Amino acid sequence: MAEIDNKDLIEYLLRLGDSTLVLGQRLSEWCGHAPAIEEDIALTNTALDLIGQARQLLSYAGELEGSGRDEDALAFLRDELEFHNLTLTELDGGDFGRTVLRVLLFAAYQVVLWQALQRSTDARLAAIAEKSLKESRYHLRYGADWVVRLGDGTEESHRRMQAALEYLWSFTAELFDRDEVEARLAGVVPASDSLRSAWEGIVLPVLAEATLQVPTAAAYLSRGKYGIHSEALGPLLAEMQFLQRAYPGGNW
Amino acid sequence: MLTIAQAWAVLHQVPDPEIPVLSLCDLGIVRDIRRHGADLQVTLTPTYSGCPATEVIEASVRDALTAAGAGPLRLSTQLSPAWTTDWISEEGRRKLREYGIAPPEHRAETSEDGWQILHFTPLHPACPRCGSKHSERLSQFGATACKALYRCQDCREPFEYFKPI
Repeated sequence: MAEIDNKDLIEYLLRLGDSTLVLGQRLSEWCGHAPAIEEDIALTNTALDLIGQARQLLSYAGELEGSGRDEDALAFLRDELEFHNLTLTELDGGDFGRTVLRVLLFAAYQVVLWQALQRSTDARLAAIAEKSLKESRYHLRYGADWVVRLGDGTEESHRRMQAALEYLWSFTAELFDRDEVEARLAGVVPASDSLRSAWEGIVLPVLAEATLQVPTAAAYLSRGKYGIHSEALGPLLAEMQFLQRAYPGGNW
Repeated sequence: MLTIAQAWAVLHQVPDPEIPVLSLCDLGIVRDIRRHGADLQVTLTPTYSGCPATEVIEASVRDALTAAGAGPLRLSTQLSPAWTTDWISEEGRRKLREYGIAPPEHRAETSEDGWQILHFTPLHPACPRCGSKHSERLSQFGATACKALYRCQDCREPFEYFKPI
């Protein structure tokens, strides 16, 4: 097998780690604001799992980089253009319906990705995947449960879920877009386009049960994982990074 | 200098910070203890990636072993095989029940297709107070990510359930 270039692996780890970190930050915005205390707890616990996964991934990226940046430096001291998260994860949370729909779409993606990465030739990445898979399955059930309840709910909840689906669906093509970085990592990571059918196998039955119409795919392709972001990421990072930027090295 | 057996005995007395009725060994968090020359090497395994107790657990392992005179320590984290509730000891399960937390009802699913997203059979864990299986789920997540919230429909008390993972 060809020698793996650490730069490619670092880039790939940032795509995964930044996606979990940014969605973790978005979900934690619900702390104290969810419609019931049980959902408040569920969303923040999911956020915690995602941030924990991000810590593993970013720590590994920092070690490979070898220039002394740890998980905290990567999370709090990089600017917008250096983030490689999927655009789907950075979008404004919107209402509770859009939030739980995004949990479903992203958790289903994580489940198929972790399943594939468990077999990575990179032992550390395989271990992170094996651990995270169990958590992502819980997130997936949580998201699916709510999407069905709201999609197949009242006229108003159905209308809002359908609107959320129209909005979020256009950002899902990016999940399955592959580039040269992935191609060079063949064997270490799965090709993104190979994950689509397994993802649809999870997501489409849930949407059908929720009586939601899957939008026709648009030609649009968001490019967050390549560092090209929507307007939503800047304000999110501003809030997430404020304390560390204002008080460098501060801890408690 | 502590022997390996003494080090295990010390860690059997260190409580989990979130469920203090259980020791770190009851939970299966302490994976391995061995000697590396003069250093004592302790391998720990986190329960959930985002468990906020992870750092506290490391600190309490360090404090307990240092207080017992273990000398230089090396702590490391091992992710694979991933932690599973199957590792909670029988004694740990009994202690959980007595503490008011229902232990996992079945073994964690290990196969990739042995689980379902929709139409899964609802679980009715036995109430740790009255033993009734007439329970209902209130929330998939409890006060911590590792637990779900249930209510007993006989004695009407809410209780937490340690989810199999």
